[in-house]
Amino acid sequence: MATGSTFSHHHILGIEQLSTEDISYILSTADSFKEISARPIKKVPTLRGHTIINLFFEPSTRTRLSFEVAAKRMSADTFNISPSTSSTTKGETLIDTARNISAMHPDIIIIRHSCSGAPHLLSRYVDAAVINAGDGAHEHPSQGLLDLLTVKEHRGTLSGLKIAIIGDISHSRVAHSDIVGFTKMGSEVFVYGPSTLIPKGIDQLGAVVCTSLSQAVRDADVVMTLRIQKERQDDPLLPSLREYSREFGISRSVLALARPDALVMHPGPVNRGVELNPDVADGPQSVILDQVTNGVAVRMALLYLVMGNM
Amino acid sequence: MNTTWRIINGRIIDPINQTDQVRDLLIINGRIAEPDQTVAPDVPEIDAAGCWVVPGLTDMHVHLREPGEEFKEDILSGARAAAAGGFTGVACMPNTQPVNDCKAVTALILAQAAQAAVRVYPVGAISKGLEGLQLAEFGEMQAAGAVAVSDDGRPVRDSQLMRRALEYASDFGLTVIAHSEEPSLSKGVMNEGAMSTRLGLKGIPTAAESIMVYREIALAEFTGTKVHIAHVSTAMSLDLIRSAKARGVRVTAETAPHYFTLTDEAVADYDTNVKMNPPLRSAADREAIKLALADGTLDAIATDHAPHSILEKELEFDTAANGIIGLETALPLTLALVRDQVIDARRLVELLAVNPPAILGIPGGTLRPGAAADVTLIDPKREFLYSEEQVVSKSRNTPFLGWQLQGRAVLTMVGGEIRYTLLG
Repeated sequence: MATGSTFSHHHILGIEQLSTEDISYILSTADSFKEISARPIKKVPTLRGHTIINLFFEPSTRTRLSFEVAAKRMSADTFNISPSTSSTTKGETLIDTARNISAMHPDIIIIRHSCSGAPHLLSRYVDAAVINAGDGAHEHPSQGLLDLLTVKEHRGTLSGLKIAIIGDISHSRVAHSDIVGFTKMGSEVFVYGPSTLIPKGIDQLGAVVCTSLSQAVRDADVVMTLRIQKERQDDPLLPSLREYSREFGISRSVLALARPDALVMHPGPVNRGVELNPDVADGPQSVILDQVTNGVAVRMALLYLVMGNM
Repeated sequence: MNTTWRIINGRIIDPINQTDQVRDLLIINGRIAEPDQTVAPDVPEIDAAGCWVVPGLTDMHVHLREPGEEFKEDILSGARAAAAGGFTGVACMPNTQPVNDCKAVTALILAQAAQAAVRVYPVGAISKGLEGLQLAEFGEMQAAGAVAVSDDGRPVRDSQLMRRALEYASDFGLTVIAHSEEPSLSKGVMNEGAMSTRLGLKGIPTAAESIMVYREIALAEFTGTKVHIAHVSTAMSLDLIRSAKARGVRVTAETAPHYFTLTDEAVADYDTNVKMNPPLRSAADREAIKLALADGTLDAIATDHAPHSILEKELEFDTAANGIIGLETALPLTLALVRDQVIDARRLVELLAVNPPAILGIPGGTLRPGAAADVTLIDPKREFLYSEEQVVSKSRNTPFLGWQLQGRAVLTMVGGEIRYTLLG
């Protein structure tokens, strides 16, 4: 069992701050924890007596549940808070909330927030370890790590692969963490989508910006799509989801351009028939549910490793 | 208070009078005197050896927050910060609460300013309540003491209103100061580029500024009026201003020290003390601004001094207020340009002291005999750590805290009265 002695991070704010050694260490730790979830009694005492707070300022079903399952399987005490988004208008700032929570001496705070950088701000005001469960359009490191784990399991390596990410790159913290993570581990990430959804300077994060769907998908080891929204805050991004599906959706014929054993991934929840045709989303190449299973293992590993560094 | 002095051994830099030489400056009864005028032998002396003696600096763009937000700054505290930064005059923007859009508010500001350490020049609103719907009463505000009009803090969205503002202001000889920003493009919180993508923050493209800069130029050109562009941040805006000036459009422009000192890389840690509007731009924009300061495309350096308390700044980057304080760091940051040979000392004096009052049509900017003795002594070599204890403003929102700066004002004189000094 890993001891945590070679892992030096108190907070997990993004994949950007992790070295390749850190990432490999997290993945191997997660791999060793997978077996716990397969036992009849799915609980180990590792984090008994530790307090973990899920501080979710944005609605989340999957990620919050995944973190909670991970914490409970390690016997931590978990508490969920979902401050209403209007709490700031009532005069309570993030720092007020942080100081109040901190006064109860939690060990780990898991935060999701619609503002990029909110976990960084929180980490400056609390003693607890802070884990970013998604901040704005910035990062979602545990999702990036579970994607890495899923690909590693199926491919046996994370180097030399072609990863295609299709869709709304601009607003996706998952795409951001994946681009940084896969690139760090020695794979190449190709992104494609309507120009309205490709952010300026994404190439400087290591991504190759493609000019056609076939360029992105051809011979790919992984085809990942992202949930699409037609418009955001009066920003007219797309004329219609129907047209998006036709021009940018992944159908069987598009997937046929990728390697025959290419993995189909999606961070969920899937808009079936928009970014993924149903027969692709539920087809034999889909590892979408493996991603969910691995999410628990990766989050168990993160909780364990940050506690090793208290 | 004594207002008669002989400033000795200083390097007098007075561009209007083509002066750059080490000699004495004689001040009698609060006014600059002829150097050879005979005076009593016991005139008090100020030894300015090693210092530049320049016309008092004017900051044509500050927010003093009074009336309404005195917890951030007030006229007296802002004026003290100005004096400490070497400024003898400041023009304060109208986005107070209530807005300075009528003579009563203008008069209230000037009543408070009577006790201030430096001269305070109110800027009136272009539109009532800064709402962009109806013109404010320029004539009445001017009669009460307003020196220019601006809706600074927000753009004038309606181009017809802007056109009418330019035309009507020209009847009073008032300068219109434009906050140039296309609102539908500027819903972000930092410069749009690789850095905003890396940080996941919504970007503001450079086009949001330059589109509106061109609108102001087109309107001024068509109506034959003058316009001043506030806080220019992009290379594209500078190209537009440069070519407009070349064909004779009456356009002037300012930038702020942060735009020639920092880039959007400074946002890396989500530090809300680098959140401002317009945002910090790319390195290419920063270099273009330096060039424009040297070649005359930019006429003035103004701070956009924008005090905010921690209530507005210790927040998520998305929700924090825009703006930083700047009165106390403008001169040292501009002196860095002189050290780096971007501009020379004379140009620094033009940008900070000569041109701002000329644009506003107010006195100042000269050491001509007979002028009011508004004088700043600058020690270009004096180093200091800009620490929190040093800050004179009521607010601390500046990314330059903790910076080791070189060069500062060591004496600020208004009408012959010493309002700030570090000299023995």
